[in-house]
Amino acid sequence: METAKVETPKVGSAKFEAVRYVLRSNIRQYAMLIALIVIMAFFQIATNGILLMPMNVTNLVLQNSYVLILAIGMTLCILTGGHIDLSVGSVCAFIAAIMGHLAINLKMDIGLALIISLMIGVIIGIWQGFWIAYVKIPPFIGTLAGMLLFRGLTTTMLKGLTLSPFPESFQKISSGFLPDFFTGLGSGLNVTPLVISVVFSAILVIMQIKKRRDKVKNEAEITPVSVFVIQLLLIVIAINLFAYWLAAYKGIPIILIILGVLIFGYHFFTTKTVPGRYIYALGGNEKAARLSGIDTKKVFFFVYMNMTVLAAVAGIAFASRTNSAFPTLGSNFEMDAIASCFIGGASATGGIGTVIGTIIGALVMGVLNNGMSIMGVGSDWQMTIKGFVLLMAVAFDVISKSKAK
Amino acid sequence: MQVILEMKNITKSFGGVKALNNVNFKVMDGEIHALVGENGAGKSTLMNVLSGIYPYGEYDGEIIFQGNSCLFKNIRDSEKIGIAIIHQELALIPYLSIGENMFIGNERAKSGVINWDKTHESAKELLKKVGLKENSNVLVKDIGVGKQQLVEIAKALAKNAKLLILDEPTAALNEEESNNLLKLLLELKKSGITSILISHKLNEVIQVADTITILRDGATIETIKVENHDISEDRIIKGMVGRELTDRFPKRKPKIGKVYFEIKNWNVYDPLIDGKKVIKDVNIKVHKGEIVGISGLMGSGRTEFAMSVFGKAYGKNISGQIFKDNQELSINTIQQAIDHGFAYVTEDRKNAGLILIEDIKHNVSLSSLKKISKRSVINDDKENEAAVTFRKKLNIKSSSIFHKIQNLSGGNQQKVVLAKWIFAEPDILIMDEPTRGIDVGAKYEIYSIINQLADEGKSIIFISSELPEILGICDRVYVMNDGRIVGELEKEAASQESIMKCIMQSNRGCC
Repeated sequence: METAKVETPKVGSAKFEAVRYVLRSNIRQYAMLIALIVIMAFFQIATNGILLMPMNVTNLVLQNSYVLILAIGMTLCILTGGHIDLSVGSVCAFIAAIMGHLAINLKMDIGLALIISLMIGVIIGIWQGFWIAYVKIPPFIGTLAGMLLFRGLTTTMLKGLTLSPFPESFQKISSGFLPDFFTGLGSGLNVTPLVISVVFSAILVIMQIKKRRDKVKNEAEITPVSVFVIQLLLIVIAINLFAYWLAAYKGIPIILIILGVLIFGYHFFTTKTVPGRYIYALGGNEKAARLSGIDTKKVFFFVYMNMTVLAAVAGIAFASRTNSAFPTLGSNFEMDAIASCFIGGASATGGIGTVIGTIIGALVMGVLNNGMSIMGVGSDWQMTIKGFVLLMAVAFDVISKSKAK
Repeated sequence: MQVILEMKNITKSFGGVKALNNVNFKVMDGEIHALVGENGAGKSTLMNVLSGIYPYGEYDGEIIFQGNSCLFKNIRDSEKIGIAIIHQELALIPYLSIGENMFIGNERAKSGVINWDKTHESAKELLKKVGLKENSNVLVKDIGVGKQQLVEIAKALAKNAKLLILDEPTAALNEEESNNLLKLLLELKKSGITSILISHKLNEVIQVADTITILRDGATIETIKVENHDISEDRIIKGMVGRELTDRFPKRKPKIGKVYFEIKNWNVYDPLIDGKKVIKDVNIKVHKGEIVGISGLMGSGRTEFAMSVFGKAYGKNISGQIFKDNQELSINTIQQAIDHGFAYVTEDRKNAGLILIEDIKHNVSLSSLKKISKRSVINDDKENEAAVTFRKKLNIKSSSIFHKIQNLSGGNQQKVVLAKWIFAEPDILIMDEPTRGIDVGAKYEIYSIINQLADEGKSIIFISSELPEILGICDRVYVMNDGRIVGELEKEAASQESIMKCIMQSNRGCC
């Protein structure tokens, strides 16, 4: 891993050695990214190129947005010690039902209805966080109770029926696109995503170079320059390719902006801020964290409250996508989110895992779903295959860890 | 009398450090053989070798039991031929009954189906033998530690043990329970069972032992035959501690200032057992620039005391006053303690001091994140700088500040713990066994760091079970026993004998 010693490359085989070094030292970090690429390549061939058609790429984002949102929050839960939140699916449904009641039955203004729904999400979060952090109910049980409780409340509120349709402005959240700011260039493409991706790539490259310089300054072991350049190049190509696909269809979906903000925000939160560090410390060693002056209860409270608020956001996004609120909305969402985290390299004992890893994990699941659907694989087989992938991903993680020791 | 057990030239190392060095140990059939020595002398390690916890191949030497050479692969092997070990921390399962516990791994069963009638019948018999008047259906969690100890012995007897090893069996018992246990050992001796008794309580050792073997620094010092239980404690203590103090400790000229830190009438109750007082009326003071030792045996309440002072991290119904610079402080959380300039270096660095899966950088900054962040955003440069500085200053042997803690040696891990707390800039440092389990070289480095901190004017409380270390670096020593301060010795008056005497006297006096 990071601490592996750099071997002096032999003359003549320096390149080979460098590649081997990177593979060996970063195998766990990059394994899922490689797996994602392999899976995408497989489906690209198996679906005769449908998978990566511009329309389908956009679809992939729209389809998986709610799982991505939930998985971000779930990552934090798992980081605190391998704990999971089982209630997120039910909370999605409950918030969707409230949104439906406000916007459809009471014909409330969408903006106001959104604010009220999110506020209720916060209140539910405080409720869950209180029981788990301060009464010390084990998260598994506390959130299992929440799962039953909010599913029951949802069904009661909807009287077992489906609420539909939502006003058009609400549907825009997950089906709308950002208008093209650069129309009239006559290329037939939506130029906005391309501009954004170029700017974004530039920022990324600058940041990576700075990070590498810092590492050199602090005497850390670094990857050889050639490998660093190749890595960066691949990432930039991937980003711009993605932007191209978006551009070739309808541009940037609104939900992608929400997702982007959440991903960037939580990546920053977990890697650069004090409370983020506290979450890792708590998961790594609760006792040591406590004795270092960290208020572990507060951290638990925040993490579970945060999860519920994100579940509310996911519920709204999903209701908008399906244009309805119904009693079984969100069932098994928690399982997809949990699976994404573990496929993305989170540790079942806590303290290890990243938001970016989880996003990759969620994309693996999403591409599997989408690819198999296009191929016409039945949902029974889809579930079997997803279960197997989860098992293999975690087994790989466990084995590579025990070998590292 | 015949020899039942002989251990020949046993050598066992932990990563280069020899815990046992050519130890020879011989036990006669039917005797009670006491094994004494300071903490870290190698008693428990020797018994772990004997009982197969360290399997054959992990140590050098030979074990001969009842004339046969033994190559144990695990505890089961040693139990099979009649060796049973009862550890200091009891290995009973609280939510199972006495009877179930006694036959765990040794069930009265036929083709996998347990015969409960037979189980409880045998249990009854054995409980009678050890003198425990409890129904075998009672859950272990509902009986006291003294009775649990008896259950452990009954469990060993259920396995037809011929040789019983008891590691500090009376450490957690009150006097009556201890006496009962010792009587039981004498009873068992009559029925032909040999016992090895590891104990710090020398009066108990003298009371029951036929032979005493003294270990020191992983080597056998002497084996004494005790006639009619006639031997003085001083005689044993001399054997235990009789080592010359060479310059294992860096020199320092103490610059002691005014009284800086004071604790008055400190009382703490056990958080789990209602009404049990753990710390009793403790009063201590520490001057600026002074290193004050708290000496005492394991279980004397040192750690509990330290943690209760450090933001009430241990105990309940804590009462008493804390003064710093003549100001009374009210400290209720660990964060408050840190804000008031306290630091506590825990006794158990792996489980309570460090985040092993993280790197040096993240561990060093853990208690000082506020200092290197602005509006909760951590300044990466400052964090790196701190880690780089401490890695150099404390000579933490590692590839970089990104070296994972779990891949560092014990001494270097301890330096990271110290770095973490020095970075927090405390003025009162409580160090609990800061050199436990690390080699001599690293110890010297850590003593030097402690000396330097004292020279900077910090007040230091140094807790250790190793007497030479206490004597080597402390300016003043408090002796703690059974939750009380039972002695205060200036550097000149402090010696291994005087400290041990304080402990022994209070043992005789109070309980």
